[in-house]
Order: sequence, then C-alpha cells, then structure tokens
Amino acid sequence: MKSLPITIDSVSKAYGSYVALDDVSLDIQAGEFLTLLGPSGSGKTTLLMALAGFVRPDSGKLLLGDRDITRLAPNKRDIGIVFQNYALFPHMNVLANVAYPLALRKTPRAEARQRALATLARVKLDGLAERNVAALSGGQRQRVALARAIVFEPRVMLMDEPLSALDKNLRETMQYEIRRLHDDLGITTIYVTHDQREALIMSDRIAVMNSGRIQQIDTPQRIYDRPSTRFVAEFMGEANIVAPGSVRRIDGAEVSRETLMIRAESFHLDAKLVGGDGVALEGILRAKAFRGENWLLTLALDGGQEVLVCIPAALAGGCAELAAGRRMTAYAPAAKVHAIPGAMA
Amino acid sequence: MTVTVDPALAADARRERRFFLSLSLPALFIVGLAAILPILWIIRQSFLTTGGEYTVGNYAKVLSSGLTWSALVTTLELSLGTLAICILLGTPLALALASVRPRVANVLMAFVMLPLWTAILVRTYGWLVLLRRDGLINAALTGSGLTAEPLPLVYNFTGTLIGMVHYMLPLFLLPVYAAMRDIDQNLIRAAASMGATLGQVMRTVIMPLSAGGIFSGSIIVLIYSIGFFITPAVLGGGKVNPLSTRIERALSTFQDWGSASVLGILLLVLMALIGVMLLAARRLLAHNTVDASHA
Repeated sequence: MKSLPITIDSVSKAYGSYVALDDVSLDIQAGEFLTLLGPSGSGKTTLLMALAGFVRPDSGKLLLGDRDITRLAPNKRDIGIVFQNYALFPHMNVLANVAYPLALRKTPRAEARQRALATLARVKLDGLAERNVAALSGGQRQRVALARAIVFEPRVMLMDEPLSALDKNLRETMQYEIRRLHDDLGITTIYVTHDQREALIMSDRIAVMNSGRIQQIDTPQRIYDRPSTRFVAEFMGEANIVAPGSVRRIDGAEVSRETLMIRAESFHLDAKLVGGDGVALEGILRAKAFRGENWLLTLALDGGQEVLVCIPAALAGGCAELAAGRRMTAYAPAAKVHAIPGAMA
Repeated sequence: MTVTVDPALAADARRERRFFLSLSLPALFIVGLAAILPILWIIRQSFLTTGGEYTVGNYAKVLSSGLTWSALVTTLELSLGTLAICILLGTPLALALASVRPRVANVLMAFVMLPLWTAILVRTYGWLVLLRRDGLINAALTGSGLTAEPLPLVYNFTGTLIGMVHYMLPLFLLPVYAAMRDIDQNLIRAAASMGATLGQVMRTVIMPLSAGGIFSGSIIVLIYSIGFFITPAVLGGGKVNPLSTRIERALSTFQDWGSASVLGILLLVLMALIGVMLLAARRLLAHNTVDASHA
C-alpha cells in the first residue's frame, strides 16, 4: 500500500469569536505516526475533522500528497477514520460493518467477504463476523472500527481518541496493537489524544496543541525532555518550573539566569548521585504521598513556590519516616535541568 | 445461594408495586368506559333489527351492497394516498429538520405544528376558500395565465386528499423527526469517510435507522385517516364517500342503527388488519440486518 504525506498549510477556523484553529501548519511524512496532543478545546479534533472533510476551514490549504483536498468532499478523500465512539452501524453485523466500504466500491461479494474476514483476523476478531454489534465488548467494538477503517486500504488513517472509552489495561494493550498495525501497514496516521502517556508510547512525533495553535512538534523524547514552552512542559508530566533565583549549583558555580524546568522524577535526595554541575533546591517538606512505584514529596521553597519531587520507591528507603515540616534538599543532574526559552516563571 | 427474604421488606416491595399499578386505574377506567363498552354495544346493535329482534340481516344487507365495497375502496384509497404523500413530503422534511442547527429546527418545527393548533373544521373550510373555482389558488392560476380554466381542486378526491395530508403531515413528521434526530452524526460521517455518497448514506444508514419512526408515523396516519369524516364530508362535496360518511348517512338519513353498526365494525376490522400487517412488516424488517452488499 502506498501511503501519502500530508501537508497542513496555515489552516484557520473560527466559530464566532472562538478561534478553534489559529494558523496551523504541519507536515506529516508518508507512513508517519503523528499524534495531536492537547487538552479539550485545544483544536486537535477540529484539525482532524478538517482533514476528514467534516469541518470546513476558514482559510488555509490541506494537501494529501500533491493533491489539494481542501474543498474535496469527505467521501472522495479516501481517508480511514476511527471515531471516538466507534460509530459502528447498529443495524449491521460485524461482517457487514467491515465489508461496508468495499460494498460501496462495488467489490464483488465473495471478494468483499474474504477481504473483510481477513481484516477481522488481522485485528484478532476471527469468529465474530456474524455477531451483532450490540453484543460486542468495548474492546471488540474498537477492533471492528479499526478493521472497517483499514479494510479499503486508505492512504491515510485518522483516529479521534479511539481508546478513551476503554479501561486502563485494555487501553495499554490496544496502544501497542494499533502501533503494530500501523507499522505493518505503513499507513500515514494522525492520532488525536489528550493522554500524554499514550502520545509518548505510540508516536513517531507529537504535535502539542493549545488554544488552536501548535505549541511544539517533535519526537516524544524531545517533547518530554526539552519542552519549548511552559505549557508543553506542564502538560507532558509533573514539571516544576522554577525561577532562576531559587536554584543553586552544587559546586557553587553561577546558575544561568533563565527559567528552568525540572521534572519531578529527575530529583535525587542524595547529592552523591548527582554531579557537581547539578542543581540543588532547598525547602520545607509540606506533604508526601506513597504512589506504589514511587513517593511524591511536595517541597515549599523559601520563596513560597512548591516543587514536586518524585523518588522511586526502590531508592526511597527513608521516605516513609520523613516528617512534614522538616527542612530538606533535592538535587537534580545538569542533564535534566532544561531552560525554557522566553518563559517567565 | 439462597437469600432468606424478610417478610416485612417483601410486603413493602409489594405495596410499592401496587401503588404504581394503581396510578393507571383512572385512565383504564375511562378507556374501558368510553371505548370498550360502546364497542360491545355496537356489536350487539349490529345483530338487532329496528324492532329489537336478533338477526344477521344487517350483515347480509350491508355486505351485499355495492355502495359498501366502493366506500371501502374509497377509504383505502384516501388512507394509502395520504400515507404515500406524507412519506414523500414528510421524510425529506424530517431529514432537513434533523440536520439543521437545533435553534433553526425549533423554529421550523413551530411552523409545522401551527396547523395542529387550529380546529380541524376551521382548517377544512380554510382549504375550501383556497381551492374553490373562484378561490385564491385558481384565481392566481387563471390570472397569471398558467391555466385557461380553473382546475377542479375541491369537491372531489384531490381536494379531500389535500385536506387530509395537511392534517396528517405534522403527526407523521413527529416520530420520523425524533428517529432521525437520534441517529448519531458520527455514523453519517463514518459512512461518508468510507466513500458513501449522499444517496448511499440515505439508503444504507439514515433510512434503515429511521424505519422505526417511519413505521410509527405510518400507523398514526393510517389509523387516523381510515376514520376521517369532516374532511371528506366538506372537501369531497358528496362525491367522495368513505366508510365514515356512509355511517353518518345510515344514521342521520335512514336511522338505520343496525347497518351503521355493521359499517362501524367493518372499520374496526380494517384498522385491526392494517395494524397487524404493519407490525408484522416491522418485525420482519427488524429480523433482517441490512446487507451492506446491496449498498
């Protein structure tokens, strides 16, 4: 299957005074798995629906390969879509649902059936072909939706929070399966989610969106370790944004006068585990919580700012005995201290 | 595992059930009094001569009369004609209402419902004003030169049908609109994303999923229009005679309670037959999942 690159060129969309998409540009390579990540109302679903053809942009261009699809009807775009609520046809059984796009293309009946069955096997739903959609579990419905979106071999696949209705364990299984399916088919995929872990696990690249704009596009690792804005830093995990004045170098050298981002899990309680070029933060222990794999400590710095410190349970022998109100120091290695350009703490 | 039931709690549950059941009693009483008793009385009447003796003569007289059968045909023609036009006009209208923004839909819906707030007699005479030879519509048609002669729009089958459709359309629309509004918009989007044209979306998604509403609307239209009296009486001009006008004539002109009762029973049987047929058709449809390969 030949998959295609996607170009989103300065697309804007407003609903009255509410700007859903604010001059969004984005290039997605052929065969790439790109995630649009952001809180609700950030414009990620609007952008996906614009690509699908269900939202008409106010301005800008959408290209599929070399072809301008901005004004193309949704049914001519040849894009597979998995909807948040699956959108399975309740009046058709599993096989009829999956064979539906083939039937629309006048595929001979026997061939359509055979291809639908093969696709069902691919998403591990063998034997459920004759089942009524209403009789399926959430995970099975998700797989039917997936099968239906890929059975007609579209050039691009769009997924709108497809796993948000599933429970945690199933969601994690499906994350790996969707990614494996993508790798097998090599189909350009745009995936929308508000779950940063899901985005990190699944994506080649992540585009973090907020208030209709793309804040940052990069690999999961760089988005996590080197966020370009305070919003990205805080959205991607437990981030501490600290003013330059509240940090000192362990070896006493000068600290750069920039706003810094240090993730909660970057801290150690033992200075020996951090090099001399690392930083130290001093404060009073306000609260502590045991979270299974780690302890979360809340430190109040002298300036009043609270900092979250996450210590792996394996290294946190003494955490259980720490009493609130005691003064302590947390250390972070230099490699984990990231200056956020232009951000004010 | 068995659970021992506390008799006091079981009694509470029983009392609760009885209370809710008792709420239906006033309505049941009225329905029983106002519907079942008269029907029983009509059945009895249909077997009595004017003198009060038992007879099957009423049936023989009514069923052997050609007038009865032509009235039956007229009744069916009017009902099915009304239904067909309601489906043809109402289904697209319901689809339009279901696709526009809710605010707009509410305004349009108010217009559709407006006729329901007017008494049927007023509306029927209103149509008379519009449809007469010298009425507004014919005046406009001949005045603008579209037709040389006024069209025969009233005091005939056409006029009766117009009046009946006008009355039935909102009642047909309501269940169809409700069914279409409940269709998940994402189903339509999903079908489109897989390549379905508007026509294919209609045929494979919207129509099958609103079939329940269309059936309900059809039952309402048929049951009402089988017994329609005022509209054929006024707009039919004596030339359109369904069973209802025959019943009226048997009573007011001939004081023939026996024949009128037989005609009334005929009407009841007709309604029951249509009801059973529609329900059977609906069940048949529900058991066949739509085959996508006919898309």
